[in-house]
Amino acid sequence: MTASTRRVLVAMSGGVDSSVAAALLRDAGYEVTGVTLKLWGGESDSGCCSAADVEDARRVAAQLDVPHYVFNFTDDFDARVVGPYVDAYAGGRTPNPCVECNRSIKFGRLLERADALGFDAVATGHHARVQRERDGRVQLRRGVDDAKDQSYVLYMLGQAELARTLLPVGELTKAQVREHAARLGLRTATKPESMDVCFITRGKREEFVTARAGARPGPVVDGDGGVLGRHDGVPGFTIGQRRGVGVATGERRYVVDLDAATATVTLGRRDDLLRDSAGVRDLHFVDRVPDAQEPLDVQVRAHGAPFPGRVDGTRVRFEQPQPRVAPGQVVALYAGDVLLGGGIAT
Amino acid sequence: MTYLDYAATTPMYPEVAAAMLPFQAGTFGNPSGGHAAARAAKTALEEARERVADALGAGPAEIVVTGGGTEADNLAVKGAARAARAAGDGVVTTAFEHKGVLAPCDRLERDGFRVTRVPVDGAGILDLDALEAALDERTVVVSVMLVNNEVGTIQPLDAVAELVRARAPRAVLHTDAVQAVPWLDVAAAAAPADLVSVSAHKFGGPKGVGALVRRRETPLEPLIEGGGQEWGLRSGTVDVAGAAGMAEALRITTEHRGGEVARIAPLRDRLAAGLAARVPGCFVNGDPERKVAGNCHVGFPGVEAETLLVALDRDGVCAAAGSSCTSGATEPSHVLAAMGLPRDAALASIRLSLGYASTDADVDTALDVIARAVERLRPTVTAAR
Repeated sequence: MTASTRRVLVAMSGGVDSSVAAALLRDAGYEVTGVTLKLWGGESDSGCCSAADVEDARRVAAQLDVPHYVFNFTDDFDARVVGPYVDAYAGGRTPNPCVECNRSIKFGRLLERADALGFDAVATGHHARVQRERDGRVQLRRGVDDAKDQSYVLYMLGQAELARTLLPVGELTKAQVREHAARLGLRTATKPESMDVCFITRGKREEFVTARAGARPGPVVDGDGGVLGRHDGVPGFTIGQRRGVGVATGERRYVVDLDAATATVTLGRRDDLLRDSAGVRDLHFVDRVPDAQEPLDVQVRAHGAPFPGRVDGTRVRFEQPQPRVAPGQVVALYAGDVLLGGGIAT
Repeated sequence: MTYLDYAATTPMYPEVAAAMLPFQAGTFGNPSGGHAAARAAKTALEEARERVADALGAGPAEIVVTGGGTEADNLAVKGAARAARAAGDGVVTTAFEHKGVLAPCDRLERDGFRVTRVPVDGAGILDLDALEAALDERTVVVSVMLVNNEVGTIQPLDAVAELVRARAPRAVLHTDAVQAVPWLDVAAAAAPADLVSVSAHKFGGPKGVGALVRRRETPLEPLIEGGGQEWGLRSGTVDVAGAAGMAEALRITTEHRGGEVARIAPLRDRLAAGLAARVPGCFVNGDPERKVAGNCHVGFPGVEAETLLVALDRDGVCAAAGSSCTSGATEPSHVLAAMGLPRDAALASIRLSLGYASTDADVDTALDVIARAVERLRPTVTAAR
């Protein structure tokens, strides 16, 4: 953040992190405006940005004495997040809708509107740190609280976005965030965290996907093509999944492959899942491109443990064999706690 | 602050606040009681009822005090339909009614009524031929608003009534006159309707109070049952202060209406013409020749209304778009959709509504602020697309 960054649009979900983000920025002297994004569902929907969450955000904004607005991005959210999510599962891939929401909505549509309205920056309650270097370049680092770090879902941010982004709670642990909230008397201090996919409010993922994309039953096979059973549709499965494969085989079996074209689910042993690399598409780097020799940390799930590897063109090579990365997942690359970039597993 | 959202709500007249105060702080009796305290409240309530009745061209026994316009609409539409269930099952309304009418119609449809939503034309007037085709012997309720809440167009209620009497003799005619009171003599304009909804806060009165005019003892099934207040049609202790405030607001509005319409129409015209002159591509929604004096509904191609409203608010101008849902998010307007406006144009449109305290200076400010905001927002939006 530079001295000229004064007017900030804070995306307030009604949760504790973004509430504290708004409070911290206001207390640091920024001219703060809060905005809650309506992304899904009708007025009575209990999902993300339900009327109750908007009300929480509005009340916090009032408590902080900052203006608050609601932006209706339901059309864009459906087209750019929910639709691709459904398509991915229907195609046997494992999408990360939070990543797409950050890419297209929070750091897409919202940033675009913030620019149009003359705001200098957008802030969110993500646990990650934006670090401005002397040379003017901007780095994205993991949040201070390892357990809450969300830099992974922000891997797509580039210099242009980061230069206009503030992530104040990334400097704090979650416990410190709650302390701040309690000290400020914020009514969201003890609100539980949201964990699930925000737009699936009832039932399970496969029901949601099936309702939009239809279901195509198919065979469950072993590595040799032997049929072990039947399934109701590939959206019910993720590569690496163990539980709930619905077939009794006598030994631990994992989903090792999904073929949407033939609606085939392939089971195998854990060893069958191991790979020494993953292909990535749409590879993107925050600042610099690491060379093929540079040792990196590779992270393939939002809260997964990183492991050593290197990036070589469009392949990420692992130091030790790792369970196969489900196509569609983000492969994020770190040097220490600096996020270098990443791509989507193919 | 430049307030241009009178169609959403209006500031309370100081005289109204003064008229309400005695019943909020002093005369506290329950008008349904039998003692001195109750009598004082009852007297005030009945005086208020008479004044409301006079202003709306009805008798005191034809006024049901409600908790606002939406409640009056619900009571009229659901109440009349359910009371006539044995006689028929047809409910006819327009595609661009207020949600206070459309949602009850949806409810009736789920309960087995045949609901027809008559289309409206691009000018914002209902299609009378389609209305005629929708009416039949088994139509029990026809609900057509007097003035549309978004684009301000005045509906041809006399012609509607004529068709209803000819084609659907059993039908009760309801009109939502909530947006009409500041601009039209509702006593005359809504005379052919059996049921007429009004809401006090749209004409300088308090929020949470309205009335349903019920002529000719039109049968209604109550929504709220209990002690039998308001002719058994709306149980619950009546808001005496609210009724007194509504009566006073209606008195002031009726007394000054002619002069206000003559004063505000040119302000609105100057606003519309000024925007058209200063903002290339600016378009008007709703026939300017057939809309109320306070309504200016305009669109700016290439600008998102939701963004524009924030820009205006930051510069102190209060306006609206679509219909605000409880979350405060702007929902795409069902009114503009019904008028056949493309979605892009609808999402680029805002409503500027003037009222009794609007001034020349408000128009000057609005013209400056809006023209500048549109200019600022346009290139960015275009470049991003």
